[in-house]
Amino acid sequence: MKVLRTASALALLALAVSFPLVFPNPAVDQVAVLTLMFAAAVTAWNAFSGYSGYISIGHAAYFGIGSYAVAILCRDWHVPGGWLPFLLLPLAGLIAVAFAVPMGWVALRTRRHTFVIVTIAMFFIMQLMAYNLRSVTNGSRGMSLPIPVRWGGAFYDVPFYYVALGLLLLALFVSWWIRNSKYGLGLLAIRDDEDRARGLGVRTGPFKLTAFVVAAFFFGMVGGLHAYFVESIFPAFAFDPLIDLMVALMAFLGGLGTLAGPVLGAVILVPAQQYFTIEFGKPGFYLMIYGAMFLAIILLLPQGIIPALQARVRRSEALAGPLRGEGGGPEPTLAGSSVEAGQGESGGDGA
Amino acid sequence: MHLILDAVITGVLSGGIYVLMALGLTLIFGVMDIINVGQGALVILGAYLSYLLQQQLHIDLFVGLLITMPVMFALGVGLEVAFVRPIRWERTTLSILVTFAIALLIQGALSLGFSTNLVQVHAWYVDRSFQIFGFYLAWVYVFDFLLSVVLVAGLYLLLNRTKFGAGLRASMQNRTAAELVGIDVERISAVTFGIGVALAAAGGMAYGATSAFNPNSQYDLISRLLAIIILGGMGSLRGAVVAGLGMLVIEDVTSVVWSPIWATTVFYMLLVVVLVFRPQGLFGQLAGRRQ
Repeated sequence: MKVLRTASALALLALAVSFPLVFPNPAVDQVAVLTLMFAAAVTAWNAFSGYSGYISIGHAAYFGIGSYAVAILCRDWHVPGGWLPFLLLPLAGLIAVAFAVPMGWVALRTRRHTFVIVTIAMFFIMQLMAYNLRSVTNGSRGMSLPIPVRWGGAFYDVPFYYVALGLLLLALFVSWWIRNSKYGLGLLAIRDDEDRARGLGVRTGPFKLTAFVVAAFFFGMVGGLHAYFVESIFPAFAFDPLIDLMVALMAFLGGLGTLAGPVLGAVILVPAQQYFTIEFGKPGFYLMIYGAMFLAIILLLPQGIIPALQARVRRSEALAGPLRGEGGGPEPTLAGSSVEAGQGESGGDGA
Repeated sequence: MHLILDAVITGVLSGGIYVLMALGLTLIFGVMDIINVGQGALVILGAYLSYLLQQQLHIDLFVGLLITMPVMFALGVGLEVAFVRPIRWERTTLSILVTFAIALLIQGALSLGFSTNLVQVHAWYVDRSFQIFGFYLAWVYVFDFLLSVVLVAGLYLLLNRTKFGAGLRASMQNRTAAELVGIDVERISAVTFGIGVALAAAGGMAYGATSAFNPNSQYDLISRLLAIIILGGMGSLRGAVVAGLGMLVIEDVTSVVWSPIWATTVFYMLLVVVLVFRPQGLFGQLAGRRQ
């Protein structure tokens, strides 16, 4: 089983690395770049929100901060287009961190439900700042970034692709490490029962804040990359509430708190989103389609794909159980398994 | 000084509108633990409905509420039954995503139907003002404020003087216990959602009468409304009233003494400061995990 898993992971990695060579079509590559960017962001988001149970609907603020960081640094340092702006990404991430530490500290003083709203409110504060601090951000007129002309035509998206892939792999590694470390265990304990976790000696405050800030770091880098990719930024698009919604939805679709779920969610939703935007470009119409798509996903598949699959595997194993002479019929397991899987993920939060 | 006093008066009068909308939001949260992020979009929908009635059927904005509020109440009940009730897992979080999706649907439909051009509503009380103690006030602010007072008083009576209100307050205090003593919490939830949305309709009319709007205005509204209910304390009706009035007064005073650009920012900064010292908001209860 473990060999199988490693082999399939390596196969997926090989597929991801060779993708631009197999599909040289720029339109396809563009969607692929966006997919990888979102996958990296959602994976990092999941390492905070999925593991700790503190759902943030405001991390797009750090995406916007990263976008503006790269744009402003390129302008002030006269960075030419080419490879150099990529080197600014870690710096953009650190700038996002500088914002995330105090903001996260304030937001995490509140508990779950209020926390969600505080993050939304903070997101809108940052958007407002982007509009208002005209001397820094150029206000609603937006900013433009250097154009990466040197690569030209068909090659254009390829560097972005590999940088985004690198970010995704880094995010996956961090998420994997957290999941398998004592630190991650602490986060999961916070998700399941925060007061008890604290009673058992988990330092809940620093634990939550660290994960919050790590996610913000990745959002900053992805935001910076995105800004360079689209070449111009405006307050309404760098700080886009739709990004918050998409990120949360991708994590929920794939499976909140799982390692691969966020990537799966991004791989499904970003191409779908791009398709709808192109196909139904009329403003308003694609918003309605988004809305309908979100509603359908949340109401039909609330636990996410991967937990649902796991539940199915468990169910079939349980069905095979009685043949080996284990006690208890399969019936109660059948009825209860999907609920159990859901409860396992939510940690009895709805009680 | 005169200017500041003027700003305070305008702030209190226009704050009444935000109190209406925020009450709907905090009421829903209190009863159901549901955060209706779609409230902003519903407010704009209410504004467009009133505008439509005025343009097409020449019904006065305030009289039109007799039509739009019941319609929006029914819409709210429908939304609750169709989309919020089926959520069984991670209720609060998923409710945010669901109501966000509803907001997108409404925003998209309104953009298609009315385009994204700004709409300005006209009526005699919008265009005319009167003078009192040296202050100039548009009639619409006074009418809006009176509407808020009437509706808040009505809500107060409904909550404190009726059997339904007793059930609702019981559900706010402890949902499970309310169910155990035989209160139909599901029905109360649906009606509460309806009331919240009906208040959005009234707030939307009042909002539309005082400022130009388009379907994208929902983002501006929802961020303000969320800030108000956090500042007041989630689920606290008193808090929503105080924070709603406070927000608009602070904004208007800041516009006068500093700059309109920073009006909202100052309020948000205040919100952050309050959260540092009182994470539960002004009138909220500590969200300990004694569920």
